Amino acid sequence: MKYIDEYRDAKMAEAYARAIDAAATKPWTLMEVCGGQTHTIVRFGIDELLPDKITLVHGPGCPVCVTPIELIDKAIEIASRPDVIFCSFGDMLRVPGTQKDLFVVKAGGGDVRVVYSPLDCLKIARENSGKQVVFFAVGFETTAPANAMAVYQAHQQGVTNFSILVSHVLVPPAMEAILSSPSNRVQGFLAAGHVCTVMGYTEYEPIAAKYRVPIVVTGFEPLDILMGVLMCVRQLEEGRAEVENQYARSVRREGNRHAQQIISEVFRITPRKWRGIGAIQRSGLGLSEKFANYDAEARFGVADYTAEEPAECISGLIMQGVKKPHECSAFGKRCTPEYPLGAPMVSNEGACAAYYRYRKVQTAVNIERNTATAMEA
Amino acid sequence: MSGPKDFNQICPIPIGQYPQVTLAHGGGGKLMHQLIERMFTPAFSNPLLSARHDGATFSVNGARLAFTTDSYVVSPLFFPGGDIGLLAVNGTVNDLAMCGARPLYLSAGFILEEGLPMETLWSVVKSMRCAADEARVQLVTGDTKVVDKGKGDGIFINTAGVGVIEHDLSISPASVRPGDVVLLSGDLGRHGIAIMAEREGLAFESAIESDCAPLGDLVMRLIDSKIEILCMRDLTRGGLASALVEIAEAAKVQIRIDENSIPVREDVRGACEILGFDPLYLANEGRFVAFIADSDADRALDILRSHPLGEGSCLIGKVTNDSSPAVVMRSRIGAMRIVDMLSGEQLPRIC
Repeated sequence: MKYIDEYRDAKMAEAYARAIDAAATKPWTLMEVCGGQTHTIVRFGIDELLPDKITLVHGPGCPVCVTPIELIDKAIEIASRPDVIFCSFGDMLRVPGTQKDLFVVKAGGGDVRVVYSPLDCLKIARENSGKQVVFFAVGFETTAPANAMAVYQAHQQGVTNFSILVSHVLVPPAMEAILSSPSNRVQGFLAAGHVCTVMGYTEYEPIAAKYRVPIVVTGFEPLDILMGVLMCVRQLEEGRAEVENQYARSVRREGNRHAQQIISEVFRITPRKWRGIGAIQRSGLGLSEKFANYDAEARFGVADYTAEEPAECISGLIMQGVKKPHECSAFGKRCTPEYPLGAPMVSNEGACAAYYRYRKVQTAVNIERNTATAMEA
Repeated sequence: MSGPKDFNQICPIPIGQYPQVTLAHGGGGKLMHQLIERMFTPAFSNPLLSARHDGATFSVNGARLAFTTDSYVVSPLFFPGGDIGLLAVNGTVNDLAMCGARPLYLSAGFILEEGLPMETLWSVVKSMRCAADEARVQLVTGDTKVVDKGKGDGIFINTAGVGVIEHDLSISPASVRPGDVVLLSGDLGRHGIAIMAEREGLAFESAIESDCAPLGDLVMRLIDSKIEILCMRDLTRGGLASALVEIAEAAKVQIRIDENSIPVREDVRGACEILGFDPLYLANEGRFVAFIADSDADRALDILRSHPLGEGSCLIGKVTNDSSPAVVMRSRIGAMRIVDMLSGEQLPRIC
């Protein structure tokens, strides 16, 4: 397939892996920010191709993972109401709240629907004027424009039975939180390509300069990631700390101005709580004053909910790259993809779910090293 | 009233985790398998059930028979390339074929929702008749129930089937041995994407049609040609990945496959890229994998490819004698990774 196969070429991947090996004279720890990149790394086995001296730690860029438990509880409370049609992207349905997940609400008779676009919810709202239609607006800067557009259109069209439960977070403040932590071990970042497609990368330039850390805006295909690693390693070896753009086929320095405009009209920057990490100043989006009456938290009176995450779940440390998933005492025992303690074990993009498989890959790879490869026999 | 002494009447599903059935329990992934392994299999415990095959095979007065059942709850009832009636016949025919049996007789149980247009029912019934004729089976017994409006989804159909086994092969996961090869009968994922596109109103440049087809004839050709078949599995819910994981675990072998050898049509790949799906987990209704003795691999491929339903057949992997049961795949970029079963159905990603 055009624009896909070129970036999954095995020979090129091997060549990049060799180039990385040649470029790195000592160990380096890099963080891929986005969960989509983590997923690619695991799905294609990229970390296996990399030399041992390169360690990839997985960042906080999985929207499912960083949504705090109290927001899930709020979603569950709203979705349980008989007058509500609750719409969500599919992968939020299995994230556990304090007591249950949205699948259980659905099983108990709640009208919970999976949608592919927030604009679909507007249609549902227009077709069900006797019901309240609520969209779970989750995600980073990537999903913000479409979610903003849904609210904007609802306003334009006078759709009053529509509201959104906002859980939007922003990448740069999270990167700063990681870098300023005393336990930080990240020496370079692969920044999230899709986020930068929307926002551009000027925001990252002061971060690279202040913390002396290379940041490479990176795509999501295997060769994108390998190339991003190579660019990052070269900067580290040469003592540079710049923002470079590996994903130039999608990202411009200034980003998508139209998308930014709708975000800034509908949303405003707010403090946000991140699952496992805690509150970070100016790290999220909430509805602006003009659109405040589309806020589901206010409409359903759930704004004051608070909840504590299971003490056993160390997702915060994992998403800051301080600990690896298998260093968690619950990993693979009391916490599995079927019965997760925390969101990172649920999502396809979650580091724990990825490691749950990776752990077994290592067993397989060891076997591979000890025996002849049957496939080639 | 007390049950048999060895029957544990405490619900074996961990309470507090999923006290209610969720949709994921029917998704063909791990949660469904847990339900089967922890509740159904111990409750109904017997050797035929424990074989973990698509159907039960047994002998009656010297005749070897295969027996299977399946329920069809697809929404929408009509989709590009088929409808619920076609699925209900072909699905059960294919389960019998996977046991190495020649499908003979089917039952049909209809659960109809009050208010269903008679015309819709007639279309489904006609479709079942055509499918039965094509698969050379007869619908010989049935049942009809009607439920209140709102308590069904138009039509639910259950079919059960009986087939006869006319060879000495033991076709079952337990027969799979290191050295066997894994053949796939064609491209993956068309049924899953066709249903999803129709259900969710997703429009692609050209309609992707379901691959729904009866596999009995194709399988009989392999058997008639004396191909040494160890196991077969049709790739319905959960797709190729779940089928291989199930077989690897049941046979306690490692299965190694190569992603580059697995055919997926361009339009299906495109849909998967957009939705964040992996074609390995998509449902198919006319595809199967066959575990074949290495010495018969080329001959089996020739036979499969000479049939219209097996034109795209290919060798995708091999069974190895490694100790840990697993499915290991060489990815497109040449690295190895584990192929795992999903918890439930694939969920479209956020971004």
